[in-house]
Amino acid sequence: MTIVAEPQFHVLAVDDSIIDRKLIERLLKTSSFQVTTVDSGSKALEFLGLVEQEEEEQQQQQTSSTSGLSSYHQEIEVNLVITDYCMPGMTGYDLLKKIKESSSLKNIPVIIMSSENAPSRISRCLEEGADEFLLKPVKLSDMKKLRPHILKGKCKDQQKQHQKITCSIDITAAPSPTLVAGSASKRKSMEDDTLAPQRTRARFSSETLTVII
Amino acid sequence: MEARLLQRELMELTARVLEEGVLDKQFLEIQTLRDEDNPNFPAEVVALFFEDAQKLINELTKALQQGQNYVDFGKIGADAHQLKGSSASVGAKRITDLCIAFRGFCDQLNVEGCCGCLQQLHYEFSLTKNKLESIFKLEKQILAGGGMLPGM
Repeated sequence: MTIVAEPQFHVLAVDDSIIDRKLIERLLKTSSFQVTTVDSGSKALEFLGLVEQEEEEQQQQQTSSTSGLSSYHQEIEVNLVITDYCMPGMTGYDLLKKIKESSSLKNIPVIIMSSENAPSRISRCLEEGADEFLLKPVKLSDMKKLRPHILKGKCKDQQKQHQKITCSIDITAAPSPTLVAGSASKRKSMEDDTLAPQRTRARFSSETLTVII
Repeated sequence: MEARLLQRELMELTARVLEEGVLDKQFLEIQTLRDEDNPNFPAEVVALFFEDAQKLINELTKALQQGQNYVDFGKIGADAHQLKGSSASVGAKRITDLCIAFRGFCDQLNVEGCCGCLQQLHYEFSLTKNKLESIFKLEKQILAGGGMLPGM
């Protein structure tokens, strides 16, 4: 019998609209994510610890955390970036490219949101390495699509570092019965989903304890 | 019980507003994001929308009043696009639809079309605001009476 206490994943949400920031923050929190919101691509890069090009080398020397993020800007690891596509200045597409071009950030999954259902835009983002494209307004049901990308990214990270810790996705995919215990009553609507027989993937929050027998 | 009567009134009002197409399912989605810790979440988001929409409608009005000889279609198209996004996020369906039409007129460089749309936007915005305010007023009364709201 293994007992695994799962951490709460941290999502960085980027949107220039205050209405959409408030909405995405609430959606993510309701889905048990830890959330930081910023209103532009450049602030997102700043939060991620990626500053000017010439400073990058110097910064990489300071890098010590597993995610490869700068230690002075970044005290908490970012597990996923979700960004609006259409923003003044740096667009979501530009932000995606910067993240994927950076050796220290490229393993962070990026999800693009857009109100325009434009196939060329969607394929451009996916080709550039976006993990998912969500049509706005984003809904609570869309939030279920985030975790698999985070877990996939974590597997990659862990393989890279030759760590012996079993990857979360392997544990939940195992055929043994999975029991999810401990939850706050305020997320009752989410519980209905997670406890449904077809969705046995464990939830991950600081309050959640996954017990595998 | 009064709370129960008010709850029924709220249900009927919401259903009517959805049926009229003033609001769509996104408004219900926002209501499900409310919980005991954030009972006012829908009202807070909608207040941000009112502020944003009023500002954008004022901008559009100013831009179209400045004389029909010169209209900056790029600017008003961008404003309409922003209003389309904000209204879609709270489920203000009629405003979203008008913004789509407005952008179409911008693409055609059709000043008259834009002006017609703007007039309708003025009307629909005040109507939408009224309906949403009635909904939130009822919600407040229900909460004050110790009742529960959708999403709680």
